[in-house]
Amino acid sequence: MAYNLKATTEKPERLTGGHRMCAGCGAPIVVRTVLRALKPEDHAVIGSATGCLEVSTCLYPYTAWKDSFIHSAFENAGATVSGAEAAYNALKRAGKIDHTTKFIAFGGDGGTYDIGLQSLSGAMERGHDMVYVCYDNEAYMNTGIQRSSSTPKYADTTTSPAGKAVPGKPQFKKDLTQIMVAHNIPYVAQSAPFKNFKDLYEKAEKAIYTPGPAFLNVFTPCPRGWRYNTPDLFDIVQLAVDTCIWPLYEVINGEYKLSYKPKQKLPVEAYLKSQGRFRHLFAKENMHMVEELQQEVDRRWNHLLKLCGETE
Amino acid sequence: MKKKMNVTAESSWKEVTPGGVITESGNAGDFRTGDWRSMKPVWNSEKCKQCLMCFPVCPDSSIKVCNGKMEGIDYDHCKGCGICAKVCPFDAIDFVEE
Ligand code: SF4
Ligand code: SF4
Repeated sequence: MAYNLKATTEKPERLTGGHRMCAGCGAPIVVRTVLRALKPEDHAVIGSATGCLEVSTCLYPYTAWKDSFIHSAFENAGATVSGAEAAYNALKRAGKIDHTTKFIAFGGDGGTYDIGLQSLSGAMERGHDMVYVCYDNEAYMNTGIQRSSSTPKYADTTTSPAGKAVPGKPQFKKDLTQIMVAHNIPYVAQSAPFKNFKDLYEKAEKAIYTPGPAFLNVFTPCPRGWRYNTPDLFDIVQLAVDTCIWPLYEVINGEYKLSYKPKQKLPVEAYLKSQGRFRHLFAKENMHMVEELQQEVDRRWNHLLKLCGETE
Repeated sequence: MKKKMNVTAESSWKEVTPGGVITESGNAGDFRTGDWRSMKPVWNSEKCKQCLMCFPVCPDSSIKVCNGKMEGIDYDHCKGCGICAKVCPFDAIDFVEE
């Protein structure tokens, strides 16, 4: 069925208000959308790696999740949810369960790009019927904005502070989506909460209902860590996709498909200027760094265009 | 505030559920985050064109949509981030001091 925003509003809300994420946080926006993609009649078992989302949505004695939710550790959301899926299959085979349950793991970039990478890799390789969703906000926000392997180059974080000695994080961002593509699983996609949410909703639906393992990497702004005013979230997402810093695409059984090509590709400056974590780059002596970031974004974008069979 | 599962900060360990399990799903709705607000979105029903763009963007599930119609804001949970006000294409949500 074609995507229709109004129809999606009629589905049950599976993440309640009253959770303790910061005002304006991108993560619950991503989570709500992913959960709306579930069929209302299906049950879900959700697990989360340690991170803002986990600690703020499930604060004893309150849970914001309408579905079963498992609190796991930083490194094992993939293992925990894959284990639940295996148990479900065994019970189903024994005739002890007749409803359908879907399995979804959420992790931030710290729990996914870094600490939980091995358990994620294992869960995908073993072929569990589950989805792993990374809400990528590009640093360890929960513990106070420490850099992760997902933090973009030159971003100011508390462990890569921009100053005289270093101009923010010295390394480029890891390309986790490509690492997941290399697992040769049926479905991998990169998405963002964007425009009317068609992109994220449809990718979540495909990820959940494609049999076997699936991985979604979702761009998730963090007003506190990125230093912008909370109402600007969707302007920042738009800039991220229009500068090609965060391309939207999917890989279905190894076939690449570009989901969005900006009509006019914007210079990275427009995106960098929107956030305090990059402010130091606009000092006169640092402008060459903006140029360097532009070259890397162009290199990765052109490579992706080739993979998707598109040409500039 | 209503104390759910009869567990509060004053409860003894004997009253805590085994394994720290929360037996009620979605009970965070009983916790009011509305008092975090310093700014407040105010919906203007005459200006609203029912495009529903404000619905998916709210981090706090606080845009009340019923039968496909925007009906207002849940001030018990809205934290006043202002995203809905900025996203609304018809300026139907004002963002004012609480
Ligand atoms: S975004 Fe604005 S016009 Fe659209 S439904 Fe919400 S308040 Fe109404
Ligand atoms: S101000 Fe923020 S929390 Fe309140 S209704 Fe709007 S988007 Fe939701």
